[in-house]
Amino acid sequence: MLSLEHITHSIQSWLYGSFNARLALGIEFLIVGLGAITLFAILGLVLVFMERKVAAFIQIRLGPNRVGPGGIFQTLADTLKLAVKEGLTPDGADRFLFNLAPFLVIIISMLALAPIPFARGFRIWDINIGVLYITAVSSLSVIGILMSGWASNNKYSLLGAMRSGAQIVSYELSAGFSVISIIIFTGSLRISDIVASQQNGWWIFKGHIPAFISFIIFIIAVTAETNRAPFDLAEAESELTAGFHTEYSGMKFALFFLSEYVNVFIVCALGATLYFGGWMPLHIGTWTAFNHVMDFIPSSIWFMGKTFSLIFLIMWFRWTFPRLRVDQLLNLEWKYLLPISLFNLLLTTVIAIMGWYF
Amino acid sequence: MFLKDYITDIFKTVKSLLIGMKRTGYYFTHHSEIITQLYPENKDKLNLPERFRGEVVMKHDENNEHACTGCTACELACPNATIKIITKFDISADGKKKKALDTFVYHLELCTMCNLCIEACPTDAIKMAQNFEHSVYDRSQLTKVLNKPGSKIREGVE
Repeated sequence: MLSLEHITHSIQSWLYGSFNARLALGIEFLIVGLGAITLFAILGLVLVFMERKVAAFIQIRLGPNRVGPGGIFQTLADTLKLAVKEGLTPDGADRFLFNLAPFLVIIISMLALAPIPFARGFRIWDINIGVLYITAVSSLSVIGILMSGWASNNKYSLLGAMRSGAQIVSYELSAGFSVISIIIFTGSLRISDIVASQQNGWWIFKGHIPAFISFIIFIIAVTAETNRAPFDLAEAESELTAGFHTEYSGMKFALFFLSEYVNVFIVCALGATLYFGGWMPLHIGTWTAFNHVMDFIPSSIWFMGKTFSLIFLIMWFRWTFPRLRVDQLLNLEWKYLLPISLFNLLLTTVIAIMGWYF
Repeated sequence: MFLKDYITDIFKTVKSLLIGMKRTGYYFTHHSEIITQLYPENKDKLNLPERFRGEVVMKHDENNEHACTGCTACELACPNATIKIITKFDISADGKKKKALDTFVYHLELCTMCNLCIEACPTDAIKMAQNFEHSVYDRSQLTKVLNKPGSKIREGVE
């Protein structure tokens, strides 16, 4: 049977059969690295195009429609344009940090990709602290943003970076708490265990009320963490021109842009894995026949479908809600989301101890 | 009491956000609402909104008569001196001199399509047309004379 798991296995067995173990491992690293970069490029192109189309349809417009059929080559053309533009470094900028920041941001996004399960048995690294690893690594991205804001030697950039810092640090809390709710049910931080525990139904159905509340908190918190509207105070076009990446141009700007979309993909993949079973097809308890029918759809399609549905949800938020003020942003986190998620944690624990979930 | 307010706040917020998402979700799924025009391709069947304003024109009927009395109300109403009215004196049948329009000069390059001249006109002589393809190679071509050559004021318009 042709599946991603079998392809990777056959490649691995061929590599270990033809070369010695160390060289084979090296080649595997190379393949994974290239695969990750390719995935980044494709994600960037697809998500930017999707965002523009979704935005257009929501605003009763057509969106890109000139380059290629239905405008599908628009993002390719934009990438080409950005690639040939000059990557300017301003005079007063801290040259080293200024040039390092976009790469740091993109490397952090790349690191967070490691434990994501793309299909049955198809993932880069199945560590036993997968969820913790993702939340820990993705919160590092604030360093890259602060670095770019500081090194730009521009007031807009610095203000944007500081806002972003305050925002990510505070929303990290409720994102963490909402993730913990699912960890309480599964009892494991390993992503493959979490997916396997949804064999008889996704956690959003099995965990009913607390899982639903934690999902809502999760989606709000990750929208804020990825600096997307309605929480895009870090870039806030109307106030700060472009926030932390005001001074960037050309490919360095494109890296910031790309990392935003890859971060969205990663958090949505995490959300899909925790609440909607990752690559696990829609299974309902002991309905064997139904479950078998669902198994016919490949696991990679399930994963991508769920992830892209969540990405669409986040885009929907972006083009519907107006931007929050800084005080409203912090009020929402510290006065609403945090108390609710703490209460929800208590509720989850009670339900998990009493076994009141399916 | 505080707790009650707190919880009703949350529910009200969620409800209003959902109403907004319902609206945008409706637009996302109903593509017939899209108002974008694929302009150069659909030149023949442009579907311009009723209130679209392209330029000021003077209404002439089939006898080449207009309703402009040369009162200069539009010239006074114009905020950026787009309109210049040159008047003359007609000798009416019973030998009285009467002020009448000689040339209605309209500077399209200065016009912002604000509609104030149309509102100021007491005889409804000018209106906004929907033609918007105004590009020319020389600026002088944008200075237009709105009353057609040989046209005169319609009988009975004061």
